[in-house]
Amino acid sequence: MSVQSRRTADPPGTARKRGNGGPPRTSQRPRRRTAGRAPYLLLLPALAVTVVLLGYPMVTNGVLSFQNLNMGQLIQHVTEWNGGDNYRQILGSAEFWRVTVRSLLFTAANVLLIMVVGTLTGLLLARLGPRMRLTLLFGLVLAWAMPPIAATTVYQWLFAQRFGVVNWVLDRLGWHSMADFNWTGSQFSTFFVVIVLIVWQSVPFVAINLYAATTTIPKELYEAAALDGAGVWKSFSSVTLPFIRPFLYATTFLEVIWVFKAFTQVFAINEGGPERLTEILPVYAFIEGMGNQHYGMGAAISLLTIVILLALTSYYLRIVLRQEEDER
Amino acid sequence: MKRTLFGRIWPNATALFLTAGFLFPVYWMFSTALKPTGDIISEDPVWFPLAPTLEHFRTAVSAPNFWGYVGNSVTVTVLAVGMSLVIALLASFAIARMRFKGRRGIIVTFMIAQMAPWEVMVIAIYMIVRDGAMLNSLVPLTLFYMVMVLPFTILTLRGYIAAVPKELEESAMVDGCSRPQAFVKVILPLLAPGLMATSLFGFITAWNEFPLVLVLNKQTEAQTLPLWLSGFQTNFGDDWGATMAAASLFALPILLLFLFLQRKAVGGLTAGAVKG
Repeated sequence: MSVQSRRTADPPGTARKRGNGGPPRTSQRPRRRTAGRAPYLLLLPALAVTVVLLGYPMVTNGVLSFQNLNMGQLIQHVTEWNGGDNYRQILGSAEFWRVTVRSLLFTAANVLLIMVVGTLTGLLLARLGPRMRLTLLFGLVLAWAMPPIAATTVYQWLFAQRFGVVNWVLDRLGWHSMADFNWTGSQFSTFFVVIVLIVWQSVPFVAINLYAATTTIPKELYEAAALDGAGVWKSFSSVTLPFIRPFLYATTFLEVIWVFKAFTQVFAINEGGPERLTEILPVYAFIEGMGNQHYGMGAAISLLTIVILLALTSYYLRIVLRQEEDER
Repeated sequence: MKRTLFGRIWPNATALFLTAGFLFPVYWMFSTALKPTGDIISEDPVWFPLAPTLEHFRTAVSAPNFWGYVGNSVTVTVLAVGMSLVIALLASFAIARMRFKGRRGIIVTFMIAQMAPWEVMVIAIYMIVRDGAMLNSLVPLTLFYMVMVLPFTILTLRGYIAAVPKELEESAMVDGCSRPQAFVKVILPLLAPGLMATSLFGFITAWNEFPLVLVLNKQTEAQTLPLWLSGFQTNFGDDWGATMAAASLFALPILLLFLFLQRKAVGGLTAGAVKG
């Protein structure tokens, strides 16, 4: 996934090197007619499978969200339209708004932590000597590569009530009431574990991307800044920052998307519990839809989730679209 | 730049501290898996497996249907990545090398497709697959994973193909190759690192996918390793040694792939993106 951020985050100019393909060459002229259809034929399989396997579920999701579809209707294969009832019911329920606010706070907390720690780690990587850098990169890469479901299992063990190493350390540090603490017993402590887990897994991506970005900064710029008498902060804000800004935007955008949709970790740690208090929107849609067998309702929640996600990312999406337009 | 002693110590100290923090959970997983049960359930943690044992790995491997899960995971992953590579090669060649009407729209379509909220669409997908009587089958999984990694594969390969100088292809065509021949003989070999990097990311996505298989395949015989691991944790919850061995077994292929390919992949990705 990192590449995409790279592309959208290319420092201005580099992406355009390819140019506009140059003027059409005379030698290509006889091929014109075949080239006219060839690209569409080449693209056909990709477009077809995307439309069928991605577009169709999207549309189905929209259609289902206007149906009264529960276990009964599912078994009897009947279609009961109920207009906007699902939406009316969801938007009128306090629970939905609680989950939405919770999701937004959850996303904000994670992304903020990820970006701050990730950026600082990336800048630290750029400052280290080669050996220490390799050591830190090794740690980052391993954390990054841990499959989410395996990582969640490991965190359950780290934070286990009995024999969990975290409780042992807290007890040793003098916080004796934590010696037998049940982390998945309350909303905040469950979220705490999930946030540590997600931040731990996401920081490497930001740090390594950012470090890679700093390696593209010409050294001369720093020398020039030093000659002008710039201090550490000044050379950071006038040389480093302008270079890494597009990367920061791109990674923030990606992290917002990923964290907002973080189903696996939240679901696997405690299935949205205790007492459904750690459900974020995708988990809420899943539990309402699949768990409680209100499929139409679940579909409506999914659709609203997608709308919120679009709203969250629309600003950046516009920049990406415009960039692609400029390239042409 | 001159650095004071203090200025050299603190970045290194911070780096060591961070490395320990990032490594510890991974270390704790492997070391727990290797410890005898007595060392795992001890009042004070045993920091290093002094008497390592493979007993927990044996428990994990002999869990019901373990090899069935492995087979399913490997099949689905390999097929999905392979199919998406073939389809993506065609598409990315068109995008990188040809000028045609609607090109920008297509690029934007794939960019948006890459952000598809799969986790949120599970209910709709469940209904579709159920109506097609394909629940508990590997076919829909393979197809959906293929589309999941497809946009990424296309957009990345497009960068790699654009990075191959046009002149190479043209000179092959002057020498009498057709355009498809020039592609296979000249471009394809140069794409090896790009194919490796993209298939690595595709492999990771498909190998790790959880929500979709959770919804679609309730029968053990049709499940993949992520479900095995989450179910294992529920069933063996108290046996942390076996659970950590299971987690290690699941994570190991990805960790190794990442370590082996990381430098090549990240280096290749940067190159691909800058030329993109």
